[in-house]
Amino acid sequence: MILPNLILVLLVGGALAWWSERFDSSWPRLVALLVVLADLSYLLSSLTTVPLENFALVPVAADPASWLMSYQLNWIPRFGIRFELAMDGLSLVLIVLTLVLGAIAIVSSWTEDNQRQGFFQANILWTLAGVVGVFLAMDLFLFFLFWEVMLVPMYLLIAIWGHEGKAHASMKFFIFTQFSGLLMLVAIVVLAILQQQASGIWSFSYFDLLNTSMDSTVAGWLMLGFFIAFVVKLPGFPFHTWLPDAHTQAPTAGSVILAGILLKTGAYGLIRFTVPLFPEAALEFAPIAMMLGVAGIIYGAVLAFGQSDFKRLVAYSSVSHMGFVLLGVFAWNALALQGAVMQMVAHGFSTAALFMIAGALQQRMHTRDMNQMGGLWQQMPRMGAVALFFVLASLGMPGLGNFVAEFLVLLGLFQVNPWMTVVAALGLITAAIYSLIMMQRAFYGKPDDSRRLTDFGSLEMTAMAVMIIALVWLGMYPQPVLDLVQPVIDSLAVEVPLVAERGVSVGAVQ
Amino acid sequence: MLQTVWLIPLLPFLSAVLLMVTAGRMPRPLVAMLGAGSVGLSAVVVLLFGMQFMQAPEPYTLTLWSWMRVGDFAPQFSFYIDQLTLVMMAVITGVGFLIHLYSTEFMEEDSDYSRYFAYMNMFVAAMLILVMADNLLLLFLGWEGVGVCSYLLVGFWYKDPANGAASRKAFVVTRVGDTAMALGLLLLFTELGTLQIQPMLDAANNTWVSGDTLPALAALLLLGGAVGKSAQLPLHTWLPDAMAGPTPVSALIHAATMVTAGVYLIARTHGLFLLAPDVLLLVALIGLVTLLLAAFTALNQHDIKRILAYSTISQIGYMFLALGVGAWSSGIFHLMTHAFFKALLFLGAGAVIHCLHHEHNIFKMGGLRSRLPVAFWSFLIGSAALAALPFTSGFFSKDPILISAFEYHGSIAGIGPWLWVGGLLGALLTAIYSFRLVFIVFFGEANTEPDRQPGWRMAGPLTLLCVLSLFGGWFALPLASVFPAESAHHPSMLIEGISISIPLLGVLVAWLVYYQRKVSVSRFTDSPTGNSLRQYWHSGWAMDDLYDNLLVKPFVGVSTLLRGEPVDKVYNGIVGVCQLVHRGLSESQTGKMRWYATSMVFGLIALITFLGWGI
Repeated sequence: MILPNLILVLLVGGALAWWSERFDSSWPRLVALLVVLADLSYLLSSLTTVPLENFALVPVAADPASWLMSYQLNWIPRFGIRFELAMDGLSLVLIVLTLVLGAIAIVSSWTEDNQRQGFFQANILWTLAGVVGVFLAMDLFLFFLFWEVMLVPMYLLIAIWGHEGKAHASMKFFIFTQFSGLLMLVAIVVLAILQQQASGIWSFSYFDLLNTSMDSTVAGWLMLGFFIAFVVKLPGFPFHTWLPDAHTQAPTAGSVILAGILLKTGAYGLIRFTVPLFPEAALEFAPIAMMLGVAGIIYGAVLAFGQSDFKRLVAYSSVSHMGFVLLGVFAWNALALQGAVMQMVAHGFSTAALFMIAGALQQRMHTRDMNQMGGLWQQMPRMGAVALFFVLASLGMPGLGNFVAEFLVLLGLFQVNPWMTVVAALGLITAAIYSLIMMQRAFYGKPDDSRRLTDFGSLEMTAMAVMIIALVWLGMYPQPVLDLVQPVIDSLAVEVPLVAERGVSVGAVQ
Repeated sequence: MLQTVWLIPLLPFLSAVLLMVTAGRMPRPLVAMLGAGSVGLSAVVVLLFGMQFMQAPEPYTLTLWSWMRVGDFAPQFSFYIDQLTLVMMAVITGVGFLIHLYSTEFMEEDSDYSRYFAYMNMFVAAMLILVMADNLLLLFLGWEGVGVCSYLLVGFWYKDPANGAASRKAFVVTRVGDTAMALGLLLLFTELGTLQIQPMLDAANNTWVSGDTLPALAALLLLGGAVGKSAQLPLHTWLPDAMAGPTPVSALIHAATMVTAGVYLIARTHGLFLLAPDVLLLVALIGLVTLLLAAFTALNQHDIKRILAYSTISQIGYMFLALGVGAWSSGIFHLMTHAFFKALLFLGAGAVIHCLHHEHNIFKMGGLRSRLPVAFWSFLIGSAALAALPFTSGFFSKDPILISAFEYHGSIAGIGPWLWVGGLLGALLTAIYSFRLVFIVFFGEANTEPDRQPGWRMAGPLTLLCVLSLFGGWFALPLASVFPAESAHHPSMLIEGISISIPLLGVLVAWLVYYQRKVSVSRFTDSPTGNSLRQYWHSGWAMDDLYDNLLVKPFVGVSTLLRGEPVDKVYNGIVGVCQLVHRGLSESQTGKMRWYATSMVFGLIALITFLGWGI
């Protein structure tokens, strides 16, 4: 019951936060924060009941005991649809990330003067519920349900509490996600029918759908259905154009959740579904996917440099960083996959922090235009120093999580495709270019002494400190996360053999 | 004692973190004590460690923790200390401490005292990790850390956008090299299965033979990193601009940290470079060309710090030349003596600038010999060492490099003497430009009056560095066990004599032109050819313009061109088509009965016609 409770707490908590508004408009945010923290501590405390050696077990589809936790309930027996949840190391890492960033998102909206606080916080919690569901669902029908659950409240967050261009941005976000989700739905249904024809039993379970035999052309089309849905979410080039608009217009908490968590559901889907369900088709498609990844890295970086809107710049930097995830997934070896997961976590923290800073700037200066900033270090040294830290993290400073992620991806990729690695590595240079220009235009330069700006307070600094500590920890000792994810990669390797790691294996043979 | 070696980088690191977290709330004396004291303490630990280490000089490894482990990829947080590391640690903490002590006075009036020392300490810590790392990934951590700290310090006075531009340039240009180096790491791990330096070099020796493509490629990629950090061609353009930071920062970048990193990297991985003789020759050639280009440029500068900056590029060129011709110990020896006299020169320049209302132009100085005696003696001794006048430290380190170059037998036969001639020409130019500086700034008529004299915290380090610059070349470095044996030198008296007398000739030229003013260069520089040549050299062979037109402008142009998101045009096109269809269909919904009736009739006729056809 632990897994459904995780989701339920957030769903009910959302309603509770909405309801609490009738007492005082400051209550919802407090309720929301408490709900998320309670959910997090519930998860962590229930983990203590899991035997320690289970964390090193390779999850096997047929054996629920080999997963950290699992839950099953019949739902629509006519089609074999079940309420099936399961958690392995990968889901665990991402859910912890979701809840921590969720709490931070709520803190980031603490001082924002939002109308209808109750409904606002409710939407945040419901989005989180959808995301947690996505990371847990092992029934593809259920997965699609959660995929929609996280979309609608997010749409409302942008459409209601967004900035000047919110109508256009929220609609664009909705249509991109919905249309690509539709492709996935079709692919899911066709896949289930094919499975039914082969075995005679209806099932939408991930474990039953694995190894469904099908014609390679059909597999290619179905794979593409999943791929597009996830790459739109990631976002990968050239399906990324919803992201800069959505990010720019979303309220701070929305941007934090969008960049920190929602994008990761796309990456998760690629690792969990796209490749394992259609191994041959996916690996055949890998060169194109990797090329899209490289294109995203360079294109995102070049466009990031050209922006004058603080949030837009960070949004394009996300496009660039997510290119590494796409590369890591489709290089499909242990190093690259570990790198991709690490990138999901590290980028979650670094970008969430940068969006929080962007939100704080907008709240104080009522603009996101960097042409009107400059010299802010003078008035807000604390914010400047924190921004500097996350800028350095985002440009891949060794010792911080993002470097570990990008280096592992590049190392894994190099063994598969050295030339593509060379191009991807150019991203390290371009990242420095756009990150430092952002620092320059916002925080360095001549200060405007007529401005009166308040620096980060202790609440904001606490949230920042959490993310700083997380990134330093991931950068200096990422082993706990790597160890959690390794069994998952081993289990994926059973479905889809990892791409040979050149050199290393050769050395071992000699 | 040996296992306390982790304290060496930790002390400055902790101090930096403490200074950052307190964010300027600490009283100034405490900041100074922490900032300079932590590096000083670190130097003491190096000294104690070194004394114990030299009793039984065996490489010492200390593993702190396992950094990450994915399959066979398992870099550790561990240190590897041998004689080379020891020399580097001593230079970094020793010279670094003197610079820090000097800074406590130099920066006293700055409002960001604490931030300054936080960055400086972090710089020293990063550099220490770089030289102590036992694997290339940890080395890369220090490597990037040094890059970031230089970025922060060059742009320390952030209110002037020019400083910001200089700091970004420093970071991005070196990052180009760093990326090459990172690719080298990927290649080395993929081919050899480890990044731990010593096992990796052994594996390279076992797997590859000299002259193979792969070791050459790997060495070339590492060299890319080295030329970036060490400001050699073609990535040297950041260093002259990097003087935008406070002057002690320049001293730290040019002497104790940063620019020596590339030299260290090549020396540390010399086993790999020996497998790639062609790349090694390339190292020598890069060194030679860089030292000449930079020397010509230094001759034409009028900013005191810019002259010194180009002289650094030039001197690092000598170190590369030494590495390239296999004179490993001599290269490291020159690194050390250069650290002494370049720190001395920069700190001396700092004293001049500090006491002269932030004046940088040497032609607005003059006659400072009696007015700023401390700075004068610093510059005289520093320039003598820089010019490698006999019996100064620079002489003892540069002379073997030239001799080794002369006796070099590499891939191309008979190239040795040419390298030697090039090095000699550089030595001549070095003597000219350094004494040009001395004669113009400290002799002749006074143009600007100093408004103060340096206190003991500035004068003390200068004095000590004077002593080191004079006598620092008198002892031999214990590097014999680290590097392959070099053949004993037997230069003829003639070669030796020429090598010694060339710098003296340079001083004589400078004396004639800039002190006696007997010989005038103005007739040459005023002629059209001379003038354009002077302009060309002054701009550093127009390398900045070249990169600007070749790389910067296209990048900015493309970025401006794309900033409106061209991909969106496709999606907007789809939206447009939908809207067009929508509008077309809406047109038919006019709400006019007559229109509906007419279209119904026509529809009916069409239907009947088609149906009738069917029958």
